[in-house]
Amino acid sequence: MKVVEAVEVAEHPMESILRMDRIPHIWCPTCGIGTTVTSFADALERTEMPLEKICVVSGIGCTGRVAGYIKLDSFHSTHGRPIPFATGLKLANPQLKVVVFSGDGDLVGIGGNHFIHAARRNIDMVVICVNNFIYAMTGGQVAATTPLTANTSTSPYGNFEQPFNLPHLAASCGAVYVARWTALHVRRLAKSMAEALNKKGFSFIEIICPCSTIYARRNRLGDGLSLMQFYHDNSVIKHGANTAELDIEFQKRIIVGKFVDRERPTFLDSYNDWLKQVLKDKFVPYGGANAH
Amino acid sequence: MKADPKGVLTGEHYLDGDHACAEGAIAAGCRFLAGYPITPSTEMAERISERFPYVGGIFIQMEDELGSMAAVVGAAWGGAKSMTVTSGPGFSLMMENIGLAAMMEIPCVIVNVQRGGPSTGLPTLPGQADMMQARWGSHGDYEIIAISPNSPQECFEVVIEAANLSEKYRVPVLVMTDECVGHMTEKVVIPKADEIEIYPRRYTKLSPSEYLPFKPEKDLVPEMVKAGDGYKIHVTGLTHDEKGYPVMSWEAQEKLVRRLVEKIRLNADKIVHTEEIDMEDAEVVVLSYGISSRVAIPAIQKARKEGIKVGQFRLIIVWPFPEKKVRELARKIKSFVVVEMNYGQMFYEVERCAAGNCPTILVPHGGGWVHDPEDIYRAIKEAAK
Amino acid sequence: MSPGSDGKFWRKPLDYDKLEIPQGEIHIIKERCKGCGFCVEYCPKDVLELSGEFNTKGYHPPYVVKENTCVHCGLCEMLCPEFAIFVTEKPKEEVRKVES
Repeated sequence: MKVVEAVEVAEHPMESILRMDRIPHIWCPTCGIGTTVTSFADALERTEMPLEKICVVSGIGCTGRVAGYIKLDSFHSTHGRPIPFATGLKLANPQLKVVVFSGDGDLVGIGGNHFIHAARRNIDMVVICVNNFIYAMTGGQVAATTPLTANTSTSPYGNFEQPFNLPHLAASCGAVYVARWTALHVRRLAKSMAEALNKKGFSFIEIICPCSTIYARRNRLGDGLSLMQFYHDNSVIKHGANTAELDIEFQKRIIVGKFVDRERPTFLDSYNDWLKQVLKDKFVPYGGANAH
Repeated sequence: MKADPKGVLTGEHYLDGDHACAEGAIAAGCRFLAGYPITPSTEMAERISERFPYVGGIFIQMEDELGSMAAVVGAAWGGAKSMTVTSGPGFSLMMENIGLAAMMEIPCVIVNVQRGGPSTGLPTLPGQADMMQARWGSHGDYEIIAISPNSPQECFEVVIEAANLSEKYRVPVLVMTDECVGHMTEKVVIPKADEIEIYPRRYTKLSPSEYLPFKPEKDLVPEMVKAGDGYKIHVTGLTHDEKGYPVMSWEAQEKLVRRLVEKIRLNADKIVHTEEIDMEDAEVVVLSYGISSRVAIPAIQKARKEGIKVGQFRLIIVWPFPEKKVRELARKIKSFVVVEMNYGQMFYEVERCAAGNCPTILVPHGGGWVHDPEDIYRAIKEAAK
Repeated sequence: MSPGSDGKFWRKPLDYDKLEIPQGEIHIIKERCKGCGFCVEYCPKDVLELSGEFNTKGYHPPYVVKENTCVHCGLCEMLCPEFAIFVTEKPKEEVRKVES
């Protein structure tokens, strides 16, 4: 029996999760951020969480624009502050699952202080850090993750500062889930994101992502496709690797994988458990701050 | 609606201003406070951290004031009545996110227990030099409401008033106390819960398909939602349209920012709250707020005894400034005497509104101590000439 | 027992008769494409190439060069940064069997 095919409406399966009234997005041709959003949409399908309870908080920057394209309760906060914003959001309503989706400059540059404390406290949130090694939106300034010798607009003779090793930073601050993938590892990334969404505690996923117009061009690396080819040929999967050995050097091999997956009580669990222990029956456990 | 009795510590207490602010916050229904310790405001956060576990609230001491204010904004979207407390240096750090709260139209209360400034200044001594910063501290055009209590009793009442105004106008409201009022212990009478009026959050009843996050009602204030209710809103600090989507154009800017500013300016008459003492026949008006208003009283009484017709015009709500009343007074009286613990801040507003109709005399003080009533008395005498 | 580079098996797998390779129908939303080439580069069956035509933005969208070769792996859909390409599965009746 021949199935009569419906007239092709060309509706992309992701359209239900995207704010189609704002597509096309602002990212450059061959930028990898769109790909990370696709992986995120895949992860949302894999998780069983109801979509109304998932919130996305972004900061400022190219990746900071992600919140504007996703059709969930999404918040575009100030530079460096998506993590405390998300902390407030989560603590006000612990039923929510809060995802911070922002860039390297935003999360560990200006937002570094919030990053380390939220990890330390194990606030229940997923932090997705798209690392393109540069402050792209503002024209390509050096970032805390820029590899040594790379050229940026504020390190025009090459970067001489040692960059962060983000999985090491997250793990040493207490994150319960730490993974790094490149934008090319679409399926493994989606799986990691889904695992992080289902996990309680501070989960951190670093995504090495091509920046075509700025990072690739300034460093004469081609375009986003060349960077993806580089990731293809130079990324090595090492689950459980020692996070201290995950430094990224300029155009050298990148170690990816899931490095940390452990259990720790979350901030809210610790709050409720401890005070119950200390104040006994007088304690009113915290379950949400519903204002009327 | 009435206050939740679980949070109201009904009775007569001896509390200092900071503690009274904490009780006011709890009575108002605040169940989320993110703060950072800073003298002389810390007592409010300390009391909150002690009391919240008994009333089902949560206090988180953030890593800095930047995070505190960001958490306050985030918590409001999560459905919490959120507040924070700080002093001068922390207030400066919070400015960017106060701007975010103004832009996203967040109901929230920020208590600033002013101290000597600028910079680290006098951490344990009073000042009133953040008044202009309260109004203009963050970049861009926006309006806020600022309230200045002058006693611990008023601290309690004013925090509730601040919470109510913030809900009514979806605007950050600042409670500008000072170290004197914050650290003085006086009798505070907390009424029964059913005597405390709480303005409920203006949640919409529209469905997600009909609701627009920034479509104003008749009073220029849009209705609110909270995350997790299926509205799938997008809100941003960028200039945005009624849907909340960023729009980079001067038309969108005109439409949005004009409304943010007008929602307070056009409603100013309903917001203004002042106290007038002996004003019927006053020829000289002492205009002051906060602790300085109490210090002015002996000076006013001394001048009255000598036959000078002097009255006191106390600002309780400092911003929006009571322009109408001040303009009116300027045409009737001989002179204003502005008493404030700074080198001239609200003074300029008075002078602006007096518009030359009467002179305005400033009795400044750098902070660190209250005025000497003699200086105020001398200024009143000068004004009466 | 993987196929050699010419797609032929050295030995037939035991469950060969039950083997059904799915076939995909590729949908390209040409106007969204920015010609990045991710889909072309990473298609495991080399089904796509960048076409010579332009879309209104001036980019060359991809086109299917090898009909009936797509195996519905979904990589193009997952890799595309512009949400401009997706695959649907062709009904089973039209699926071809791998020749031994």
